[in-house]
Amino acid sequence: MGLKQKMHELKLKYQGKKMAPAFNAFHTFLFTPDETTHGGTHVKAVDDLKRTMNTVIMALVPCLIFGIFNAGYQHYSALNGFPENFSLFEHFINWDNFILGATTVLPLVIVSYGIGLIVEFIFAVIKGHEVEEGYLVTGMLVPLIVPVDTPLWMLAIAVVFGVVIGKEVFGGTGMNILNPALTIRAFLFFAYPTWMSGDKVWVHGAVERSNEIAAGANLDAISGETVLGFLAQGNTQEMYAKFDLAEMFYGFIPGSVGETSTLLILLGGLFLIFTKIASWRIMLSAVVGALAMGLIFNGVVEAGWIQDYSKFYELMRFDFWKHLIVGGLAFGIVFMATDPVTGSQTNKGKWIYGFLIGFISVMIRVFNPGYPEGVFLAILLMNVFAPTIDHYVVQGNVKKRMKRLKNATIYPKTTEGSAEELKAETV
Amino acid sequence: MALLSKKDANLILDPLADNNPITIQVLGICSALAITAELKASVVMSIAVIFVLGVGNVVISLMRNIIPSKIRIIVQLIVVATLVIIVDQVLKAFAYELSKTLSVFVGLIITNCIIMGRFEAFALGNGPWKSFLDGIGNALGYGVILIIVGFFRELLGSGTLFGFPVLGDPIEKTGLYATGYENNGFMIIPPAALIVVGIIIWVQRSRNKALIEEA
Repeated sequence: MGLKQKMHELKLKYQGKKMAPAFNAFHTFLFTPDETTHGGTHVKAVDDLKRTMNTVIMALVPCLIFGIFNAGYQHYSALNGFPENFSLFEHFINWDNFILGATTVLPLVIVSYGIGLIVEFIFAVIKGHEVEEGYLVTGMLVPLIVPVDTPLWMLAIAVVFGVVIGKEVFGGTGMNILNPALTIRAFLFFAYPTWMSGDKVWVHGAVERSNEIAAGANLDAISGETVLGFLAQGNTQEMYAKFDLAEMFYGFIPGSVGETSTLLILLGGLFLIFTKIASWRIMLSAVVGALAMGLIFNGVVEAGWIQDYSKFYELMRFDFWKHLIVGGLAFGIVFMATDPVTGSQTNKGKWIYGFLIGFISVMIRVFNPGYPEGVFLAILLMNVFAPTIDHYVVQGNVKKRMKRLKNATIYPKTTEGSAEELKAETV
Repeated sequence: MALLSKKDANLILDPLADNNPITIQVLGICSALAITAELKASVVMSIAVIFVLGVGNVVISLMRNIIPSKIRIIVQLIVVATLVIIVDQVLKAFAYELSKTLSVFVGLIITNCIIMGRFEAFALGNGPWKSFLDGIGNALGYGVILIIVGFFRELLGSGTLFGFPVLGDPIEKTGLYATGYENNGFMIIPPAALIVVGIIIWVQRSRNKALIEEA
């Protein structure tokens, strides 16, 4: 028994004290609690919050591992040139890539979880409630949606901001309006734009190298331009020379740590749909929304309403379905838009909510002057509108049923008079 | 305070904390968001509002028995507008550089809800001395919040205070910047002011539970 017994005794010792939530959290983190509920009837279900969160994390692990290898692959390829005949095991899954990726990505994960859980613990102790599981998924999402070279202190500040302002002020897990992980990313984006956009931050070492060059070192600059970055500057030819479609789909392209591999995101998404954790309605409608906006832009180019000197031309001309395999759109749709707390709750609402996320994402991606991506902004915007959508869906349903009730013939129908009375009572 | 009776002193002290126009009554938010990116602008704005609200309250209070109630809003507007123009002209005469950046905001004092609010709520029903104290008190309460917000926004957003670089030079990488610190661009944009004001409200309410409304 040993440790478990000791933890249990510690917990009993601190019961009712100020630090009780902290001890409880450690205890339940390591072991199943040995209390049982007293009195009343309870339904016991296995899919509690902890199980839900763990399932999402399982779906994220492939993206994280891929991100670790990709960080190394992008770095060495930028230094030594991309391999001619790419072979997965020779060029991608090797120790060099893994070691470099692990030393750059794992610190992000550790800072994200460490700082986030400290904030959660402090709030649990102050408010005297249990430490909530809410940060488990957020802490995993955050390192996957930031550039690989994000300074750790910036990430720490952003995590504190995101957890406190994005979640705790609204009452903690389950009460937040905005997705905390995206709040953290939005904070980073607006606070430190030079570290969140441009062609240097997506590949490890590029910023350092450009600083050395600025200081007078005789070195070649590393460019880590993303697919969308090339398009925003109108260099479509150059982009296709560097990346082909398969690379975009499998994810061997620069980008935020875990967002590049559409294949693994797709697998994660299918896993979440299969386990019924995430809503397939939101995912499907978001894909449809993105395709619709992409088609509109393609149509605008086709119709000749925009000339090729326009700065939006190349982004608009980008084939509509390719929007799905570049940038953070796939990752956002699968793991962020489906957040059950901040998304729409009603089925019809989920269709509208998802569609608008896809639609607005591609719109912002094309028209954003500073940065050719907008998934996080689109999802945050729709998070704000999700309750409004739900309200109108529910009201619409109420109205429909009232109308049905009004026109209903109510039995038993003995005489005209009593039927009228009955109807008046029910309505 | 021997100078003021306890009741009179409360007219000044209440708006500083427990009845603060910004954090409790949530008035005058617009200017609190717009001008607090720099501490200097916050201070000048505070002084201007202290003058306008102090003098304006006295003027309205003196006229309170002769203003027909149907046109009182127009009369109040004229009083504010006159005082704001005086402030603007004084700034132009004695601090021209400052007035160039601030004159837009000084003009906006007219629309500051605190001023019309105090005219309506206090000066129309009280004597000149009490109105004067109330005006000064509310303007000070407004100014305190403006200066706190301006302090944090300028320090974190630009690394300066009153334009003086306190954290080192971000381009030469001296001082704190040598360690890799960078200015927080988020603090420059107006939404940051909303969040800072929100945090002040949060701190104030957790210190004084009586301020929390019933849900």
